[in-house]
Amino acid sequence: MSLERPSAPALLGEDADTADSAVAAQELDHRTSATARTHALRSAGLVVLLALLAGCAVLSIAVGAKAIPLGTVVDALLNPDGSYNSSVVWELRMPRTVLGVFVGAALGLAGALMQALTRNPIAEPGILGINSGAAAAVVTAIFVFGMTGPSAYVWFGFIGAAIAAVLVYALGSRGRSGATPVRLALAGTALAAVLQGFVYGITVLDEFVFDQIRFWQVGSLVGRDLEIFLRIWPFLTAGILLAVTLGPALNAVALGEDLAAALGARVNRTRALVALAIVLLCGGATAAAGPIWFVGLIVPHLARTFTGPDQRWVLPYSAAIGAVLLTLADTAGRVITSGGELEVGIVTALIGAPVFIFLVRRRRMAQL
Amino acid sequence: MTLTPARSGTSPGAPAAGAPAPGGGRGTRSARVLRLAGGRLSFAVRPRTAAVYGALLAATAAVFAVSLSVGEYTIPLPRVLWALAGQGERLDLFFVRDVRLPRAWVAVLVGAGLGVAGGVFQSISRNPLGSPDIIGFTGGASTGAVAVILVLGGSMVQVSIGAMVGGVATAVLVYLLALKQGVQGYRLVLVGIGINALLLAVRDYLITRAELTEAMTAHIWMIGSLNASGWGEVIAVASAMAVLLPVILALGPRLRLMEMGEQAARGLGVPVQGTQVTAMLAASALTGAAIAVSGPIAFIALAAPQLVRRLARTDGTALFGAALMGALLLAAADLAAQHALAPTQLPVGVVTAVIGGSYLVWVLYREWRTGHA
Repeated sequence: MSLERPSAPALLGEDADTADSAVAAQELDHRTSATARTHALRSAGLVVLLALLAGCAVLSIAVGAKAIPLGTVVDALLNPDGSYNSSVVWELRMPRTVLGVFVGAALGLAGALMQALTRNPIAEPGILGINSGAAAAVVTAIFVFGMTGPSAYVWFGFIGAAIAAVLVYALGSRGRSGATPVRLALAGTALAAVLQGFVYGITVLDEFVFDQIRFWQVGSLVGRDLEIFLRIWPFLTAGILLAVTLGPALNAVALGEDLAAALGARVNRTRALVALAIVLLCGGATAAAGPIWFVGLIVPHLARTFTGPDQRWVLPYSAAIGAVLLTLADTAGRVITSGGELEVGIVTALIGAPVFIFLVRRRRMAQL
Repeated sequence: MTLTPARSGTSPGAPAAGAPAPGGGRGTRSARVLRLAGGRLSFAVRPRTAAVYGALLAATAAVFAVSLSVGEYTIPLPRVLWALAGQGERLDLFFVRDVRLPRAWVAVLVGAGLGVAGGVFQSISRNPLGSPDIIGFTGGASTGAVAVILVLGGSMVQVSIGAMVGGVATAVLVYLLALKQGVQGYRLVLVGIGINALLLAVRDYLITRAELTEAMTAHIWMIGSLNASGWGEVIAVASAMAVLLPVILALGPRLRLMEMGEQAARGLGVPVQGTQVTAMLAASALTGAAIAVSGPIAFIALAAPQLVRRLARTDGTALFGAALMGALLLAAADLAAQHALAPTQLPVGVVTAVIGGSYLVWVLYREWRTGHA
């Protein structure tokens, strides 16, 4: 139980003035150093991940349809001179890379929050109805208002996601015991089915809508410019900041509702905050890039193989791994096929799934 | 055949699930035992469960009758009955016996099959979101079918074969990848998620690269439709059901014991591994037969077990009830799909999602207001 680890030495320390003080002190020493070692190891791991992320980001800026030598890229980054190469780097690749890092981190975090909240290993952020809410709103935008193109979808996507999530949460938290995991999961699935049915219905009736939505729902960063990032970054940033503060509270909730309440944790408040963070993160990410559900699903599992169940570590690891996976997948999608790009939503699954299965087989998975 | 109040002393032949549980709910306390064949065969009968099952049967029969009667060429019910008996006008006979009857049977059978399969997967994974998706079966089937439609341009029979091959191959692959000193449920679910995602990525790739009309064909297949149901489809699903349904229903009591935890079930003498594998194989085959006939119709497998469990207030997964609920859901949804936007025929998957989803929302809403967990 991860919660006990930090408090155990303190409890032992209070008893250390008895006759067994020597033994207790030795034990204390042992435990403290073990904890310190774990912390050092995990911090080092996080640093390695961040370095990896920086490398992936540079790679993402350097690689593209137009081959620009790495030296020229670095030069253009340091001294933007208005040349063609410089404008490719700054106006096309830079916004897309930054957006990829944000979206990846947001999806990883949202997945970790969702799985911790519902304590369900197959929960993904879309379970709150977010992906289907966004899809239904985007379909409405195309069908009713005839809008097309990623920047037209952003607000529809975000508002649709938010409304769906609020409905799911309201439905899931009725009654005395509040938003329990099973209720949230069932309410989310039920509402998602209704919205999905709406999307199916419209796409069957109107071929034009289907032709637009089939590209949107794969999930892609193609054609996402600075404007989209500027619209969506406040939500993503707020969500990320909120999410990383929720670790200790989620650790308490993981003990089970009754025990957590007995220990003084405010379970319902935690659940509401987590839901808010998920809406900001996943709603923003889906609005910007379309529904990339797989990242939120597997990244927390990958994070837990390194960190164990302690949410204070799972959350930052999930953010970093999500960002690495998405940036890497987006870069790979530009070079895998000779003609055109492969959408990032497809590449994340092609890269992520084998890695995920390998880890599932290799290691004992940390259960929720 | 006798009905007596269930007391542990007087019901030696009753399955463990029928014994009154201490502190059980209302339903449990008033359980009665139905004895057949001089007490050698006995079942616990709970009035509420029996009432719910009876109502489901009656509703399904009503929907069935209406779906034979209404349409572009509406036939009054008495003439439907005559036509079923082989009498009446040629047009009546044609519409009732050759067009509407097979379609209604396919709806009922496929719905029942999906409901039972969903119940099995939810029971084994002990997860309310469990469905054939979690072992990658549906992902494999739809990728197989979409590949046949878009890459090979195959006929509907070939599409069905593609779906079956894709589904079975994926389920076997998932099982083998999860195999490591036995199959552990948690690992199986995670491997299934991974493979499912991989396949869906391939499917999405095919759909985004295809011509619009072909992509639309694949899209409609993936939503699930009963538009092409004839007697051949009825015979295919019915024979699969006849073999697989008894196997699954016979495993029901063991599955309910396993819901208490594998250790506890093992302690009570349940062969856990064997039951798991048999039930999962049977449920996958049932899903496969359903998908081959109608495409992967959404939500029945997920909603039917949950709905019947909440209506009948049973403690564990009620497989028979899930079959009844699945049959009713799909029959009703297909009726709506044919006539809601007539003359446009919606794929039934659109309606199962909307009706099944709304119904589940309503049930959850009511239940949580009254405070039942």
